[in-house]
Amino acid sequence: MARIIVVTSGKGGVGKTTTSAAIAMGLAKKGHKTAVIDFDVGLRNLDLIMGCERRVVYDFVNVINGEATLNQALIRDKNCNLLYILPASQTRDKEALSQEGVGRVLEELKKDFKYIVCDSPAGIEKGAHLAMYFADDAFVVTNPEVSSVRDSDRMLGILASKSYRAEQNLEPIKEYLLLTRYSPERVKLGEMLSVEDVQDILSLHLLGVIPESKSVLNASNSGTPVILDEKSDAGQAYGDIVARYLGENRPHRFIDDQKGFFRKFFGSK
Amino acid sequence: MSLLDYFKSSKVSSASLAKERLQILVAHERSSLNQPSYLPQLQKELLEVIQKYVNVGQDAISVSFEQDENQETLELNITLPDLITKKP
Repeated sequence: MARIIVVTSGKGGVGKTTTSAAIAMGLAKKGHKTAVIDFDVGLRNLDLIMGCERRVVYDFVNVINGEATLNQALIRDKNCNLLYILPASQTRDKEALSQEGVGRVLEELKKDFKYIVCDSPAGIEKGAHLAMYFADDAFVVTNPEVSSVRDSDRMLGILASKSYRAEQNLEPIKEYLLLTRYSPERVKLGEMLSVEDVQDILSLHLLGVIPESKSVLNASNSGTPVILDEKSDAGQAYGDIVARYLGENRPHRFIDDQKGFFRKFFGSK
Repeated sequence: MSLLDYFKSSKVSSASLAKERLQILVAHERSSLNQPSYLPQLQKELLEVIQKYVNVGQDAISVSFEQDENQETLELNITLPDLITKKP
């Protein structure tokens, strides 16, 4: 049975697209046929992060309007043949996505894919609403920072009340916390909210912590999801998250300040 | 880190300040988000009715709305004035 995952946050710039790209790639690399959809109509960026921006011919809105078939619009990833990308449209018409249209495309995808990852735009407008409306699971991406935590809490309220599952009185959407841009050094100094702090406030099941890492920008510069950089801390953290989501039991990493005496002195990263 | 910084750090950390602010804010936003929109009006009208019979102040009444998995509770709390103070 296919599962629809929404990657959401409310606030912008916390790492939704980075996360969508990474977990979609991670799921596909684990052998599950996966589609990742960009819901940010007018401001598409998933294609850049996935490195397929020059291969976009048709987009999500074209499919909804019947101007292209799903197969014409889906772009097969260059690194993994089980991963497909459905880019957002660059139209300025915010009403281009309809609930009926999105539902129809998702139903069609469900026949062929195991996981469908919906990359939500920031905010609580139509695109964000439709990205989460049909979801089975929600990955709530949060930074250890006040405005991001507050917005995540707002999103949790919306997930619980304005989704298909909520409206039909079905089992609620499963919500998971992904804490990104985490800096254990700053937590230790009392300058940053800790994992426990954020969990106390949001009461969410922690799927994983992504440390603040140079590898994320490097990955987006080159258009390869950071999870493929297996040597990097962020890549490994995303690997753990995918494994945990699939039911593997992996202890949490990157939460404590691991810098030893020597590394502190020589400042290696 | 200078010696001065060391003493400074014994003060409340900014992270704990952030946590405290968030906890208050989130609790408030959750409760106001979930409660029905008629609640303030209900509170106002109830107070008017009670004031017809009992001499109570504006803050003598509190209405709260709670929701859990299978029931919704509307809690009404009226503090009546002290009997002793009522005696002439």
